[in-house]
Amino acid sequence: MSIFIDNSTKLVVQGITGRDGSFHTKQMIEYGTKVVAGVTPGKGGQMFEGTVPIFNTVHEAVKATGANTSVIYVPPIFAADAIMEAADAKIAFIVAITEGVPVLDMTRVYPFVKEKGARLLGPNCPGLITPGQSKVGIIPGRICTPGNIGVVSRSGTLTYEVVYQLTRAGMGQSTCVGIGGDPINGTNFIDCLAAFEKDPNTLAVAMMGEIGGTDEQDAAEFVKKHMKKPVVGFIAGQTAPPGRRMGHAGAIISGSAGTAAEKLEAFEHAGIGIARRPIDFVAQLKARM
Amino acid sequence: MNIHEYQAKDILRAAGVPIPPGEIAKTPEEAEAIAKKLGGMVVVKAQVHAGGRGKAGGVKLAKTPAEAKEIASKILGMQIKGLTVYTVLVTAAADIASEAYVGVILDRATKKPVFMVSPAGGIDIEEVAASTPEKILKLPVDTRYGLQPYQASELGFFLFDDVKKVRAASKIMMALYATFMKNGCSLAEINPLVVTPEGEVVALDAKMSIDDNELERHPELEALRDETAEEPSEVEARKANLTFIKLEGNVGCVVNGAGLAMATMDLVKYYGGEPANFLDIGGSSNPEKVVNALRIITEDPSVKVILFNIFGGITRTDDVANGIVTATKANPLKIPIVIRLTGTNEEIAMKILSENGFSASSDMDEAVMKAVELAKGGKAA
Repeated sequence: MSIFIDNSTKLVVQGITGRDGSFHTKQMIEYGTKVVAGVTPGKGGQMFEGTVPIFNTVHEAVKATGANTSVIYVPPIFAADAIMEAADAKIAFIVAITEGVPVLDMTRVYPFVKEKGARLLGPNCPGLITPGQSKVGIIPGRICTPGNIGVVSRSGTLTYEVVYQLTRAGMGQSTCVGIGGDPINGTNFIDCLAAFEKDPNTLAVAMMGEIGGTDEQDAAEFVKKHMKKPVVGFIAGQTAPPGRRMGHAGAIISGSAGTAAEKLEAFEHAGIGIARRPIDFVAQLKARM
Repeated sequence: MNIHEYQAKDILRAAGVPIPPGEIAKTPEEAEAIAKKLGGMVVVKAQVHAGGRGKAGGVKLAKTPAEAKEIASKILGMQIKGLTVYTVLVTAAADIASEAYVGVILDRATKKPVFMVSPAGGIDIEEVAASTPEKILKLPVDTRYGLQPYQASELGFFLFDDVKKVRAASKIMMALYATFMKNGCSLAEINPLVVTPEGEVVALDAKMSIDDNELERHPELEALRDETAEEPSEVEARKANLTFIKLEGNVGCVVNGAGLAMATMDLVKYYGGEPANFLDIGGSSNPEKVVNALRIITEDPSVKVILFNIFGGITRTDDVANGIVTATKANPLKIPIVIRLTGTNEEIAMKILSENGFSASSDMDEAVMKAVELAKGGKAA
């Protein structure tokens, strides 16, 4: 078991012939992901690397191959449209890797995807991997190993760092999910925590948050109320200068300045183990399992 | 990206928001000429990307053109929160009967732009939120439909009782929303929105932040960028496609990925050091980025040691190693460098580095500890 993807995942790659799309499609196929289709408008009928059929639209790709999951590598200003196309074609799980998507675009996309009943991961995320079964996105496969730790993070390379430390310590992972760092994204911490709580193969969860917003505080509340499995958390940006990215006005709406101290306090309050350094995940998780 | 008050006012004025006339001046003489042209009392306002300009003495009333000149000569060149004032806005002064706050902010929690209005304007809205939250009305807008007239009217009635003022305010809300959407804003604020003794509703100050991700499709907004209002090293970094924020410490950090960059800074602090910067070279494999990153960091005289922390995923560590070798051959380093890299093509990277006289570690904690020790003037093992 795992969350969101496994060996029954049938993937369509949107933007398969682009620089990033083609590189990572090769990596995903090499890892064992079932890549059943690609989409690049105008290149329908061609084959990718002689093995994956390319279609002009996601609708055609789904009809011909039964794809149930999509990964998006298109440029930022086309990403919103690509996500909506996938949701409209009844793709159940959409993973948007693209970085730099205008946030206002996402204010339209988010309710659209929700109404279509699809799950969106990202944008601006590294995707996810269920070690030994399937990888969708860009997380390097060789740092992961199958096991029982669920990993969820807002960051890319920091996720790699923690997964690498876990693997080195002999602690494998059930699924590693990067939810992305954008202000408006599809899947949040709570969605992943709820899925890990239900997944029989996940015994504990490592969660990496960062400064800004209140997602981590909301996640802490969820852990306290709904989770029996142990959770260990980390917050990046304890030394970051305040107010550099978002105006303070955003903080009035959420009632929180989104500081690391606030988030760590919420973790502590919810009984979440705290990793001060990435390496601390190993000891903290071991102590709780 | 932040734009100046006068730029935000130009945009809002074009959208139909009533704003007193004004022009910008870069010399006291220009300020005098504008005051003469406007006639009557004027306000001279420093144009910098910082809050609290009034408290810092950057906003002053002038009764005559001569006084406007004198005030401008004091404000121009003044430092506000570390930023030098190069431009002032000279604008017609308005008499004020009451002040309100109106803002639109892109909100993470509701995943929508949220209107925030308060009849307690003019002062710090954060103070209002903390002490009298009931004086703030928040209204999320579904961008698929846009701000509806009934919503604009609801916002107007929260601010005023008199229906004429409500209508004027609602019209301003609609214009503000349209401006927010058209320009890809993350924040657009009118504070204060004032009522004059004659009952006119006018905007006296405006603030706008543009989502950086929108700039590609808005070259006209990119053109509003004022590089003199930014830290020079940050301007240079942006041109090199690096995300860079200067800090006060002495450990110069070069990292790939924002989360790992923050975690690296935190770890420097954990082991007793102080990071000199946040620097994310991003996900692409380009040795040129490493060359630029090294140049920008070594330009800061307070940096005592350089710390590389690279976890290769998309980024190939051999590209980073080549970048380090190229950069240091062109400009030999005068300070020590500590390199940690692991991930994609790690073996090749290690070989490149050792052939060129560098040593590298694959462990993050080990590298950070070593860098902190070197920054303190100690000897690394």
